Parts: sequence; structure tokens; C-alpha cells
Amino acid sequence: MNASPAQGVRLEVRGLTKSYNGRPVLRDLSFTVERGELFVIMGPSGSGKTVLLKHLIGLERPDAGEILLEGEPVGPPETLGRHRVAMVFQSGGLLNSLTVAENVGLYLSEHRLKPPAEIRRIVAEKLALLGLEGTEDRWPAELSGGMKKRVAIARALVVEPQLIFYDEPTSELDPLIAVTIGRELVRLNRQLGVTSVVVTHDRDLAFGIAHRIAVLHAGRFLALGTPAEVRAHADPVVRQFLHADFAFEPHPTPEPVSRLP
Amino acid sequence: MFHDIGEVLLLLGRTLRALPQTARQGRKVLEQLFEIGNASLLMACLLSLFIGGVLALQTGPVLAERGLHHFIGQIVGLSMCRELAPVMMAVLIAGRIGSAMAAEIGSMQVYQEIDALRTLSINPVHYLVLPRLVAISLALPTLVVFSILVGWVGGALVAVTNYQISISLHGFVKSLGNGVEVMDVVNGLLKSLGFAVAIGAIACQQGLSTTGGPRGIGRSVTKAVVNSIVVILLLDYVFTRLLMHLD
Ligand SMILES: Nc1ncnc2c1ncn2[C@@H]1O[C@H](COP(=O)(O)OP(=O)(O)O)[C@@H](O)[C@H]1O
Ligand SMILES: [Mg+2]
Repeated sequence: MNASPAQGVRLEVRGLTKSYNGRPVLRDLSFTVERGELFVIMGPSGSGKTVLLKHLIGLERPDAGEILLEGEPVGPPETLGRHRVAMVFQSGGLLNSLTVAENVGLYLSEHRLKPPAEIRRIVAEKLALLGLEGTEDRWPAELSGGMKKRVAIARALVVEPQLIFYDEPTSELDPLIAVTIGRELVRLNRQLGVTSVVVTHDRDLAFGIAHRIAVLHAGRFLALGTPAEVRAHADPVVRQFLHADFAFEPHPTPEPVSRLP
Repeated sequence: MFHDIGEVLLLLGRTLRALPQTARQGRKVLEQLFEIGNASLLMACLLSLFIGGVLALQTGPVLAERGLHHFIGQIVGLSMCRELAPVMMAVLIAGRIGSAMAAEIGSMQVYQEIDALRTLSINPVHYLVLPRLVAISLALPTLVVFSILVGWVGGALVAVTNYQISISLHGFVKSLGNGVEVMDVVNGLLKSLGFAVAIGAIACQQGLSTTGGPRGIGRSVTKAVVNSIVVILLLDYVFTRLLMHLD
């Protein structure tokens, strides 16, 4: 199981639609993510990114539309079985009552897939992969936001996923760690061939790692294409979202205080 | 209200169906048992000692006045095991353990821990609800046994030492032995088993259906405790009627 690199799976979404209390959140979304592709979904807060991911992994049922993994519909997560899919939650979603090692090894220990010694070895290996050596016995509450996210990625990798979803992997992180995590995503994607779907509103991350980018706004994709295509997109909302920056009018320099008569 | 009841019954059904998996969750059942015992044993004993004592104090002088001392052991004995111990312990556990279960599961829901479990193909009912429900169903009847015994001791202490009652310890024990049958204790234990299942199922269901961030956790906890206590009192009446017919 360890020797063969995971083979990415193809994800296809057709006409995905969802409203909460009559308020539409996802409107007729259709797209395909190819095997081994790194697909980034960008969008402002509240645009439905998390809701979309929850549908893709089967935590929520769509009002209409289909989600297919290699042509097979995504069922409830308990029966996902056939294809290994993992998700890294926005806040990590680590179980606070378990240590780092127990969190990372949870999938293997709970399903009794490996003997304890083997689980310890795999956990140490995945933690090392994310630069978290020696954190096995710490509690999630003792970790920084960046470490939590890396532990969550380690836990997702233990599943040996063929498809992995990341919900805002770099939010709440300082730029340096954000870059480290971005590099990590790319390396995992290249090394393991995992199909990766990354949701973010971090422009640097998106344009730095994506094969293709989709811009989600009010439940629809305003743009979908390679980073170059999306950057050149003419839609005013897309342009505003992609090019907003802190460059306001230049401030007048304050008058020097020591102006003696 | 009816929606909640339906959800609780649904969860109960799913948990009962998962019952064969209990052995796999053995460690978690033990952890829960330890937690419940730790949180409630001392409190339960203290409460029972005083209730038994007050019971003797309230009824003893009245009985003694009419020359009926020899009924006091029976009255304390029967009230403790048929009614007071099961209901009091259930209310205590609803407040201490039901609230904690709702809070813990509720915060797991709010902080996406339960979603994370599901993405790891771990069924939250097996992982969270089953061990808690099994543990509380074992713990509450055990606690009730303690409570009955300590309540009897409290009653005896008061009955023997209070000058208005002044019955010998031997007389109290004899009266209790004559008046209380094994079936009476079994009655109380059966009741408490029913209460335990209700408390566990209500608390877990409230926890799982928590929405609306950290404030939602507080709401779930309050609802879990209030609903549990209401259900305990309703069930108490129903069980008492049913068990009367069985006698
Ligand atoms: N379970 C739910 N019930 C009602 N509304 C929801 C639910 N989940 C999400 N929403 C709403 O859907 C919209 C999109 O949310 P979300 O996907 O979390 O946004 P983001 O793009 O920031 O991740 C928000 O307006 C949110 O209030
Ligand atoms: Mg989100």
C-alpha cells in the first residue's frame, strides 16, 4: 500500500445547486478536475467555498446536480470507501481530546487497518514530512494555527488519498508559513499524483500553485481557466477581486515639526 | 419539540443498532465510566445521606406519635429505592453528565471535529454516542445502588439518634428488611436504566444538532438539561404506573 504512489482520481461536478432557507448558495455549478490536477477555487468570504467543498466530499447533500468520482456518484462519507478522499478543514478540525499522534493515526487505529507499532511508524513518517518531528505527544490546544493545519494535512495524508480538499490552507498564517504550506501542497501533488482541490482567497497562493483557477462569486464561477487566462479575464468583478490592493492615494508627508521661526 | 423527540428516537435507534460494536469501543466506555464516577460519586453520596436523613426526620416523629415507630425503616427503605434514589440520581446526572456530553459533542460539531470524523469514514454514532450511552446506562443504576444504601444509612442515623423517634438500630434494620423486597430495588434500577438512556440520548442529540457557533453550544447544553429533567419526571410517572401493574 505504501510502495505504490496514490493514483489521482477525476472529479466531475454537474449542475450542483444548493440553497439554505431559500437563499441560494451554489447555483448550477459544473466543472471537472482532471487526475493529478491542482485546481484552485478562489472567492471572497461567504461566496460558498466551504459549502462547495462539503458537497464535494459528501458531507452535504445537494438540492440538485451530481458529483462524480471516476464516474461514480459520491455517497455519504461512510460509504466513500471505493476512492480514498481526504479533507483538510479550515481550522484543522483536529480532535481536541486526542494528541497529535492519535489525531494523525486516527484513520488507521479506528478502522484497525494496522498494528499499533506500524501506526506509530506511519504517524512519525507523515509528521516528519510536514516538519513536525517530535510533536507526537502534544495536544492540539498547544499548537499554533500553522502547526494545526500541518497536523491536519498529515492526518489527511495517512488516508493515502487519491483526492484531497484543502479549505483555506493559508488563512490565519503568516506569509512565511503560508509559502511553506503552499510549497508542501505542490510537492504532495507532484510526488503522489494526488488530485488536489484548494479553496482560498489568497491570491498569491492561487496564482503560485494552480494548474487552473476558478473564481467563485455568489455561488457561480465568474471565471475558470489557467492562471494566465484568469488574470486576463475581462469581467469587472473578477478584475476587482484579483487586483484590489492597498495602494490608496499617496499620503502627504507630515509637516516637519521643527519649523522654528 | 416533536422534532426533537423524533431526532432523539432516531439517534437511539441508530445507537441500538450499533450496540454489537460496543466491544471495539471498550476503552472509550471505560474512560466515560471513569469520568462519570469521578464527577458524581461524592456528590451522590452526600445528597443521598441527607435525603435519607431528612426523610426519617420528616416522617419519624409523626409515626412515633402514633406508636408506629416500627414502620420508619420500611418508609425510608421503600421511598429511597423506589423513588428518591432513581429520580435524584437521574437529575444529578442530567445536570453534571448530560450537560458535559452536550457541551463536548456540541463543541466538536461547531469546530468541525465531527465533519472531520466523517471524512475519515468514522461514524460519529459509533465513535461518540455509543460509548457515552453505554457508559451512562451502566453508571446510573450503579450510582442508584450506592444512593439507596447511603440513603438507608442516613435514615438509620437520624432514626436512631433523634430523641423524638428513638428506635434502635436493630429495630430500624428489621423494619427495613421486612418492608423492602428485592423487587423494589429492581424496580428502582429498571427505572434508572430508562432515565439513563433518555439522558444520554437527549444530550448526544442536542450536541450533534448544535448550530450557530459557540453560542449554540450554550443553547444545546441548556436544552439538554431542561429536556432531560422534564423527560425524567414524565418517564418516572409512566414507569411507576407500569411497574405497579407488573407487581
Ligand atoms: N448549514 C448552513 N445553513 C445555512 N446557511 C449556511 C450553512 N452553511 C453555509 N451557509 C451560508 O452559505 C454562505 C456561504 O458560506 P461558506 O461556504 O462558509 O463561505 P466561504 O466562501 O467563506 O467558505 C454563507 O452566507 C453562509 O451563511
Ligand atoms: Mg469557508
